[in-house]
Amino acid sequence: MASESSYYVPEQSRLPIFATIGMFLTAFGAASWINGGSSYIFFIGALAMATVLWFWFAAVIRENMAGLNSEQLKRSYVWGMGWFIFSEVMFFAAFFGALYYIRTFSLPWLGGEGDRGSSNMLWEGFESTWPLMVTPDAAVHGDAAKVVGPKDIIDPWHLPLLNTILLLASSVTVHFAHVFLKKDRRTAFNVWLGITVLLGAAFLFFQVEEYLEAYQHLGLTLESGIYGTTFFMLTGFHGAHVTMGTIMLLIMLLRSVIAHHFKPDDHFGFEAASWYWHFVDVVWVGLFIFVYVLGS
Amino acid sequence: MAHGPQPGFKRWLYTTNHKDIGSMYLWFSFAMFLLGGCMALVIRAELFEPGLQIVQPEFFNQMTTMHGLIMVFGAVMPAFVGLANWMIPMMVGAPDMALPRMNNWSFWILPFAFTMLASTLFMDGGAPNFGWTFYAPLSTEYAPPSVTFFIFAIHIMGASSIMGAINIIATILNMRAPGMTLMKMPLFVWTWLITAYLLIAVMPVLAGVVTMMLMDIHFGTSFFSAAGGGDPVLFQHVFWFFGHPEVYIMILPAFGIVSAIIPTFARKPLFGYSSMVYATASIAFLSFIVWAHHMFTVGMPIAGELFFMYATMLIAVPTGVKVFNWITTMFRGSMTFETPMLFSIAFVILFTLGGFSGLMLAIAPADFQYHDTYFVVAHFHYVLVPGAIFSITAGVYYWLPKWTGNMYNETMGKVHFWLAFIGLNVTFFPMHFVGLAGMPRRIPDYALQFADFNQIASMGAFLFGAAQIVFLFNVVRTVQGGKKASDEVWDNPEGLEWTVPSPAPYHTFSTPPSVR
Ligand code: HEM
Ligand SMILES: [Cu+2]
Repeated sequence: MASESSYYVPEQSRLPIFATIGMFLTAFGAASWINGGSSYIFFIGALAMATVLWFWFAAVIRENMAGLNSEQLKRSYVWGMGWFIFSEVMFFAAFFGALYYIRTFSLPWLGGEGDRGSSNMLWEGFESTWPLMVTPDAAVHGDAAKVVGPKDIIDPWHLPLLNTILLLASSVTVHFAHVFLKKDRRTAFNVWLGITVLLGAAFLFFQVEEYLEAYQHLGLTLESGIYGTTFFMLTGFHGAHVTMGTIMLLIMLLRSVIAHHFKPDDHFGFEAASWYWHFVDVVWVGLFIFVYVLGS
Repeated sequence: MAHGPQPGFKRWLYTTNHKDIGSMYLWFSFAMFLLGGCMALVIRAELFEPGLQIVQPEFFNQMTTMHGLIMVFGAVMPAFVGLANWMIPMMVGAPDMALPRMNNWSFWILPFAFTMLASTLFMDGGAPNFGWTFYAPLSTEYAPPSVTFFIFAIHIMGASSIMGAINIIATILNMRAPGMTLMKMPLFVWTWLITAYLLIAVMPVLAGVVTMMLMDIHFGTSFFSAAGGGDPVLFQHVFWFFGHPEVYIMILPAFGIVSAIIPTFARKPLFGYSSMVYATASIAFLSFIVWAHHMFTVGMPIAGELFFMYATMLIAVPTGVKVFNWITTMFRGSMTFETPMLFSIAFVILFTLGGFSGLMLAIAPADFQYHDTYFVVAHFHYVLVPGAIFSITAGVYYWLPKWTGNMYNETMGKVHFWLAFIGLNVTFFPMHFVGLAGMPRRIPDYALQFADFNQIASMGAFLFGAAQIVFLFNVVRTVQGGKKASDEVWDNPEGLEWTVPSPAPYHTFSTPPSVR
């Protein structure tokens, strides 16, 4: 093992510049696509990004297996992942904050209540309710309104409750996997990790089910006023994170099954993925409470 | 490990070396400074006289917007990251940044992001024209199509900043030489540690707000539209929750630089080191609870007005502690006035002036008069130009001999200082008066009575611009050669960076030094 005094500084690397190009093409491509252009650049960029990240992680794993990574260097990765997750927390905080502000302040004001209730002058007849089924536009313009509210909303005690159970269970199973890994019980580790991945996939399946229900039967869409806006933004952003997390855990599973990676005392790749998973789980609990239960 | 740099341009593309990356950040920042500066000169040229002379109002708005965005995200922030890259590993006795490849990635994103941002100038409908604060619905319902590119440019800049911040945190917390306890760290390291926390706390919020814009513009959501139950004021709250900490991101590292320079040239240790650390931390904390002082006139409940007014005024306390400490450090010191010191002294005086106008703006009832006038423009240029920009300039002069091994030309440095000092005051001081008299900001034309002061301001701006040419010339000359600098460079300066040779070898502290 390398000692504290030899921190491994990689000599030179093409990875970052290729990652930059991939990221740029993804961003530029997304913008052109959304603005009505073709989607090629975006997909090329995304593919390039994924490829570079693949090689990048492979390089890091190789270095670790070659014994280049001192304890100190491993701590850098730990700090890196930890604060990355914190930045994600703040990303979600922006959307949760928006929901809070709308519900506590601006919507009641629009409805004529409280300190700034005079804003109701612009939308006479609008009443503030949550979930917001009748938008200010609909209240004033009736059938001529451009933005109308949903007909109904998702019942928290069906699919969302099931999804809560699935995701909470998956946090427990990934923990079991970790325990078995530390005890060097490879098969048990693989099995529990596999179960976690399946739970994640099941969650996503039901989330898609829920979205279909919302779009096809409830009239609950991104366009159905601020309720649909906050609902889909928060759950959709979370869903994207579950997708990422599931992919990460799946890769960890494949690394373990196919390549026999991870040692009882050296498995930060897995640990980082499981941290991410716990984080996604905690966010879901917040969503379940603030978006589904208190939102109905 | 003791390899030198690779020859050729690949060195810069593939490098993992904190010094290379630091230099690239600094050069990039300077390029953006010139680009943003040219836009400012377009603005000042147009405002030289009332009436429309040079540009159309539509283009004028694009200039103010791009000027602000480029200066904030392209000039000031990358310059501080560049200095952090160069100095933090040397100051804490680390062989490099903690995550060297990610470091290179953070840098290279920037030229791409700004190419994307600048390319909007050539798009149909022109560049973003809604101001650097991009308030909805100007930036959503009424925005030019290029806003989509602006949004994605902000996203990847944010990714760059977050990765940079994570790298700095990991370096400071994990890579300090044995014996370098937290309370022995130079203040530049401390202020950057705290800045990095601000960055990872608020850059994601900025990403969040531009994402909401994207959804409103292209996917039919109603975040900022009252018709659907949203609220345009929500935009302002989220933006300024990012925006106010952002202004401290642009000033805390400056505090660190000045706290390194003043003791050297006053030949006295910094007065009140630990109070500096605590003051920085309190400023950072307070910066999260004052954001709505930018929104006093938007229509908030009275309780909100009062809370944000008093919270904002509280910031003056730790800021005052800092100013007091700098002055006390100089008090009875045997001072000399080399270029870095001149810039630092000007920093202390003029930044304080900007702080005072900030206090005036913080008084909610008075802000109804000042808001959206040139007084605000004067305020933030006083904290940003002689604040952020002067501290960066001071830092460059101070550490340039360490980086290049050569002394810069002192006379030219002083000429640069005096031109910049006079130029900036001539530019921004009159803005206080036209602002108080009611001249609104962000307009291409104005009432006749403001003409005199505007002419003065425009002349000052060109002087300030010219001063930067001297700077560029001086730096290039120093990189190429010049009088050899000693390892210590200055008279007994403090810090590990002065214990290595000048120029600093490609790899420093491959084995950690021991710190008493
Ligand atoms: C004592 C410290 C400070 C106080 C009390 C203060 C207060 C304020 C207030 C109340 C405003 C809003 C004015 C308005 O729009 O009506 C403002 C604007 C601004 N301040 Fe400060 N400020 C302080 C320090 C700083 C610092 C250190 C910076 C940056 C380095 C800064 C940068 C800005 C900027 C950029 C704006 C204008 C944003 C815009 O509307 O475009 N301020 N300040
Ligand atoms: Cu502020």
